[in-house]
Amino acid sequence: MFDLPFIWAAIIAFAVLAYVVMDGFDLGIGILFPFYKSEADRDRMMNSVAPVWDGNETWLVLGGGGMFAVFPLAYAVIMPALYAPIIIMLLGLVFRGVAFEFRWRTRRGKFLWDWSFAVGSIAATFAQGIALGTIVQGIPVADRAYAGGWWNWLTLFSLFTGLALVVGYALLGATWLILKTEHELQAKSYRFALVLGPATLILIGLVSLWTPFLEPLYMERWFTWPRMLYTVPVPLLVAGAAYLLIRGLLRREELTPFLSALALFVLSYIGIGISFYPYIVPPTLTISDAAAPDESLAFLLIGAVVLVPIILAYTGYAYWVFRGKVGTEGYH
Amino acid sequence: MDGFDPVLLARWQFAFTVSFHIIFPAFTIGLASYLAVLEALWLATGRSTFLTLFNYWKKIFAVTFAMGVVSGLVMSYQFGTNWSVFADKAGPVIGPLMGYEVLTAFFLEAGFLGVMLFGLNKVGRGLHFVATLMVAIGTFISAFWILSANSWMQTPAGYAVNAAGQFTPADWWAIIFNPSFPYRLVHMVIAAYLTTALVVGAVGAWHLLRDRLNEHSRVMFSMAMWMLTLVAPVQILAGDQHGLNTLEHQPAKIAAMEGHFETRAGAPLILFGWPDMAAEQTLYEIAIPQLGSLILTHDWNGVVRGLKDWPKEDRPNALILFWSFRIMVGLGVLMLGLGLWSLWGRLRGTLYDMKLLHVAALLMGPMGFVAVLAGWVTTEAGRQPYTVYGLLRTAQSAAPVDAEAVGASLIAFILVYFAVFGAGVFYLLRLMSKPPHEGEPDSPSDAHLRSAGIVPAPALESVGELQPHPEERR
Repeated sequence: MFDLPFIWAAIIAFAVLAYVVMDGFDLGIGILFPFYKSEADRDRMMNSVAPVWDGNETWLVLGGGGMFAVFPLAYAVIMPALYAPIIIMLLGLVFRGVAFEFRWRTRRGKFLWDWSFAVGSIAATFAQGIALGTIVQGIPVADRAYAGGWWNWLTLFSLFTGLALVVGYALLGATWLILKTEHELQAKSYRFALVLGPATLILIGLVSLWTPFLEPLYMERWFTWPRMLYTVPVPLLVAGAAYLLIRGLLRREELTPFLSALALFVLSYIGIGISFYPYIVPPTLTISDAAAPDESLAFLLIGAVVLVPIILAYTGYAYWVFRGKVGTEGYH
Repeated sequence: MDGFDPVLLARWQFAFTVSFHIIFPAFTIGLASYLAVLEALWLATGRSTFLTLFNYWKKIFAVTFAMGVVSGLVMSYQFGTNWSVFADKAGPVIGPLMGYEVLTAFFLEAGFLGVMLFGLNKVGRGLHFVATLMVAIGTFISAFWILSANSWMQTPAGYAVNAAGQFTPADWWAIIFNPSFPYRLVHMVIAAYLTTALVVGAVGAWHLLRDRLNEHSRVMFSMAMWMLTLVAPVQILAGDQHGLNTLEHQPAKIAAMEGHFETRAGAPLILFGWPDMAAEQTLYEIAIPQLGSLILTHDWNGVVRGLKDWPKEDRPNALILFWSFRIMVGLGVLMLGLGLWSLWGRLRGTLYDMKLLHVAALLMGPMGFVAVLAGWVTTEAGRQPYTVYGLLRTAQSAAPVDAEAVGASLIAFILVYFAVFGAGVFYLLRLMSKPPHEGEPDSPSDAHLRSAGIVPAPALESVGELQPHPEERR
């Protein structure tokens, strides 16, 4: 079990999860942008993620670049299968990324970059959700290449997962704002989170119920004995996180809502992992099918083992430096 | 129909997105080092001019860096979307090189950029300088890995081929330090320094033309001209060595660059002409007899190979290479000329009074970018018709994606890049058009940098008004 492809699958899975956890809330702030009208609010929202967005997005590069390195076949199959969603995601990230710098460089054109930030964030998130749905519903592979059409990604299911991710990231964004802001802005974020929280839970539920019917493989993963011993705790933990989220919001707690929202994402992610394993491109390519030769995996593993902890350490430091409420005297 | 060949469209798309992208790192590699030098000088001398210049260029760095990040993200996915066969086959070799780029460079830059931009007041001088150094080192490490990957595609080494047709690593040392890598790395890093020096010099010159007594303009102009004077000759030497290395490993590329179709002893140096691929000759050529052989083989009668030595389908396009190479070399000579001219002025003590020199420096401002692009066109178009030179053809590297998809995304990239990066370049020019002045805001008050999270709420409300010259805001 502990062979190189498996270790690498775990590292790539971790990179993607790290991306979802870290970039999720900063994309979520972009999604919520149109609902906060005042310029001061928007400045503060943007400032709450400005110091860290760049590092957050680097995990996406690690996810993509890492897959290119260690699972080149999976990368070569998935990217053409997701052609349009990937391009839309990349262009969305262009629009929102430059907004962090550009909106401070102009008065007259500031509203343009506000829109660029919002639309880019929504488009990128929606595309990521579609990408997820497309992989879940299965990618046809023949002769080491993607064997479907370039519209295959467009299904009711993938649109639904796209919507679910937009709502879910918006929940992360709202709970992040609860943590990082005060007064009016925070009160407003509580109200949004109280709508987005239940909405996210309903969408997670629907996607979870839908998924097993897409592919017999998933049905078997989740509903055969004794595998169910491993799978049953996941929905139970989701229920627990949901309880903490709603209770935290009602009690006006600041940290619990964000952490429980993150927990929902982590658990959903584990759920997807349970459905997929040992496949990396269901239902055809397994982790070991897609893996690069051991020489490649071993060479990069040395770097990953040494560097990922260091990266986590200085990323943690950056978050620590910018801890607390945005724009309070406590920072000086 | 020719225009709807998906491979050709994919090539255009890659050429377009990578050309836009390289502009930003070419500038940030040099600028990150310049910022580190400025901060070091400030820490060593305590002279406020250096701090002012640091804060001035830091803002420009932040905007450029953001554009580099988002345009670079596109590149890391494009190998898969448009070149999936290449990704599958070459991934085991060049994928880990890029993996190391992410792990050693991108995270380092992103992690310390916040601290560098966010200012001295929070973390103290020592740690702040460390952050600036980390960002500069990160840009260099990034160049190291990406140029190693690119060079491996030009001069593959240390590999084997497995049953699935994938290149597999046999010797990592040979892969990383493949034959063309050291030359390409040196040539590109110097190019980034020269590009930055030309921009800094042009900004200095622009402000000297308006006010030749501005101390800050003087310092940046002088530093930039020193860079040109000292480094432009080194670059010409490095370029020559790189060319000889190419002659050894990719002689067809050299033949195309020189416009040689015939293999002959005592080949001329063709100065200008119009290489015609169909007619297999260079038309209207102006040539110096035998000089070509002397330069390439260091022998008046040395044999120089022409493109006819290779089958038609294995030849790179001589028309493109001939001209892109000349543009690069021509600009390199102009850079050397500017450097020598400034040295002459410096020795006469009139460096800050020579209006014509300042105008020339201003005009040369964007030429580093042009030279970088021309150089990359030469080496990349010269690698054709292969992605992995001599081993994997471009036509057999592309993804099984319909022409419509590639064409549509190409159009989307063109529209978005011109709009977004056009606006970015406009903002950069506007930042550069303002003279640096004493008390150039550092982050804590300079809330529009990403450090803004640390300013008190009242300052945030008026964040747009923090510009030193609000009246210049449009």
